[in-house]
Amino acid sequence: MKLFGKTMMAAAVAALLAMPLPALAVDLTMYYPVAVGGPVTKIIDDMVDRFHKENPDIKVTAVYAGNYTDTMTKAMTAMKGGQPPQLSVLLSTDVFTLIDEKAIVPIDDLVTDKAWLKEFYPAFMANGQIGGKTWSIPFQRSTIVLYWNKDAFKEAGLDPEKAPASWDEMVEMSKKLIKKDGANVTRWGIEIPTTGYAYWMLQALAIENGQKLMNEAGNEVYLTAPKTVAALDYWVDLSRKHGVMPTGTIDWATLRTDFLEGKTAMMWHTTGNLTAVKDGAKFNFGVAMLPAKERRGSPTGGGSFYVFKSATPEQQKAAVKFMQWMTAPDRAAEWSMKTGYVAVTPAAYKTKALEDYAKGFPAAAVARDQLDHAVAELSVHENGRIYKFVNDAVQAAVTGSQKPQEALAAAQQQADRVLRAYK
Amino acid sequence: MTSETAAIPGRAPRTHAWWNTVNAWLLLLPAAVLLAAFTHYPILATILHSLHITRRDGASVFVGMDNYRAMFEDGIFWKVLVNNLWFALGTIPTSIALALLMALWVNRNMRGRAFLRLAYFTPTVLPMIAVANIWLFFYTPDYGLLDQIRGLFGLPAWNWLGDPSTVMGCMIVMVVWKEAGFFMIFYLAALQQLSPDLEEAAAVEGASRWYIFRRITFPLLMPTTLFVAINAVINSFKLVDHLVIMTKGGPNNASSLLLYYIYEIAFTFHDTAYGATLTAALLVILCTVALVKFGYLDRRVHYQ
Repeated sequence: MKLFGKTMMAAAVAALLAMPLPALAVDLTMYYPVAVGGPVTKIIDDMVDRFHKENPDIKVTAVYAGNYTDTMTKAMTAMKGGQPPQLSVLLSTDVFTLIDEKAIVPIDDLVTDKAWLKEFYPAFMANGQIGGKTWSIPFQRSTIVLYWNKDAFKEAGLDPEKAPASWDEMVEMSKKLIKKDGANVTRWGIEIPTTGYAYWMLQALAIENGQKLMNEAGNEVYLTAPKTVAALDYWVDLSRKHGVMPTGTIDWATLRTDFLEGKTAMMWHTTGNLTAVKDGAKFNFGVAMLPAKERRGSPTGGGSFYVFKSATPEQQKAAVKFMQWMTAPDRAAEWSMKTGYVAVTPAAYKTKALEDYAKGFPAAAVARDQLDHAVAELSVHENGRIYKFVNDAVQAAVTGSQKPQEALAAAQQQADRVLRAYK
Repeated sequence: MTSETAAIPGRAPRTHAWWNTVNAWLLLLPAAVLLAAFTHYPILATILHSLHITRRDGASVFVGMDNYRAMFEDGIFWKVLVNNLWFALGTIPTSIALALLMALWVNRNMRGRAFLRLAYFTPTVLPMIAVANIWLFFYTPDYGLLDQIRGLFGLPAWNWLGDPSTVMGCMIVMVVWKEAGFFMIFYLAALQQLSPDLEEAAAVEGASRWYIFRRITFPLLMPTTLFVAINAVINSFKLVDHLVIMTKGGPNNASSLLLYYIYEIAFTFHDTAYGATLTAALLVILCTVALVKFGYLDRRVHYQ
């Protein structure tokens, strides 16, 4: 079938080559994911259109490819089919897999002005810098923040301007915030999502508890460390012991609706959802850094640009130009205001537009301020698989089918087996 | 041609037979080529691939039965397999029974029959992705349709898709809803082929309606039932679109099915060799179903 596919491909390429070429524009295909609410595809299309106006010699086709996992799947499948995109926005943590698959090129070799790479927040560069090379450029980057419903706080007799600062405080406040109508809970205290990116949330709790989840080389995970287990214990206790969080899994995608509908007084979610929450909230809400156990902390998250190896030198050059345009201070500021993602350079926060915006809406700067406490997101070889093991373990624990200790031990064992090949 | 063959008696019948054979093979050729290229060759390639592992550098290494050994030790494989059996057991008999019931119902002469038929058939026309989105709303905790109804009776909200004990049931109900209308169409067509004489004759003899159904209608519908059953079995192994929308196989693989697990392994984790191994397992299951159908059931069913 491989041979057949190649023949077909060759025929298709030959047909394409035979067609007359229009005024030699460099074509770029870019896959990108959407993991938050709001009209993100429209925002991207609009930015790409403006890029075209300024750079008529480059034609970027931006393809929305689903969530992060879907987009990675699509990019890898396209690559194995012989037609990879030239540029993609993928999880910053997919870097090991992409290097292992020999899919991408380091950015350092493509740029003449290395100073550009120093303009970004170091916390966002951390995931992409491996073996002394820079493999990705941050784009839609985030940290996890705590959203709280100020009206609900007031109703529960809490100070509406004060979010919980510690784990214990979060439990105490949640107990006051939960509202019942007979046996029926009409408002939960807190919700932390357990589908899609459960590993991310677990990492946040582990960091706060003073535990790293992986090593720099990306071939070890620490799921059975007592502090990781304690982190999951705390999470599970929120529903099973304290009864302030729904039992069962909590869906990543619908959690924002839960919050907007007043079904939960607090939620942990990506700052990337901020603008969608702002546009949808019919009540006063606040955004805070995640509460601390031993320390404050959140993993960084979100997507970065990668340039594919199979692109021609002209395409790679055009890709760099596009990335530079997209991450220029004005655009980074605009992107941050329209979505809620953290603008990727300090310079963006010095633009007048974002400065004014943050003054009127302080929530916009919380995720950035949290960068001081942030840790690189869980990123190891065979990332997709390891995420599944961790996600399964978290789900097994929150649904009560396994104790946190057992669930994490099983995940650790599976992860060790997969990662053995990379030691 | 007849005049020509008539002119050379003796050799003629053999040429004729030979030409017939060639002709037959030529007619079969297009379909045979397509089948070989897109069904048989991929099957063989899959089995061959399952005996290898692909290194990261692209080199293929022969490992014999290692992948199969790994599969038998893989807890998730057994879990999705058991899930798939429950899914099949939950969807097949229910959707067939429901389809038959609906077909009998809309086969009668009554007002609004066309409308009722259309209503029953609508779920079939909808794409699975759309269906999954609709039902996702039904099952949403707190403000989903189901929980709103429960709320009217003062019952607490239930996290339908987020609890391992209910998620599979939810999937089954949805798939039955989607499939029954499709199977109904086959039953309806079969019912209209049945001669009304039989029923009238039985009625004259004083047979009850239940007796007529049990001893006349149902046995005559057996070929349709078999066809529908085979389709239902196949669907229970190939229908996974809804998982992508609703649960991604969660929580903790409680709703995952074999084909979805294959997709995850092969395309999300890029482990094509193990994906091929799991595909081979799926192949064995479906071949067994086909063998039972052609070897056993076909002989037991009464075709008119």
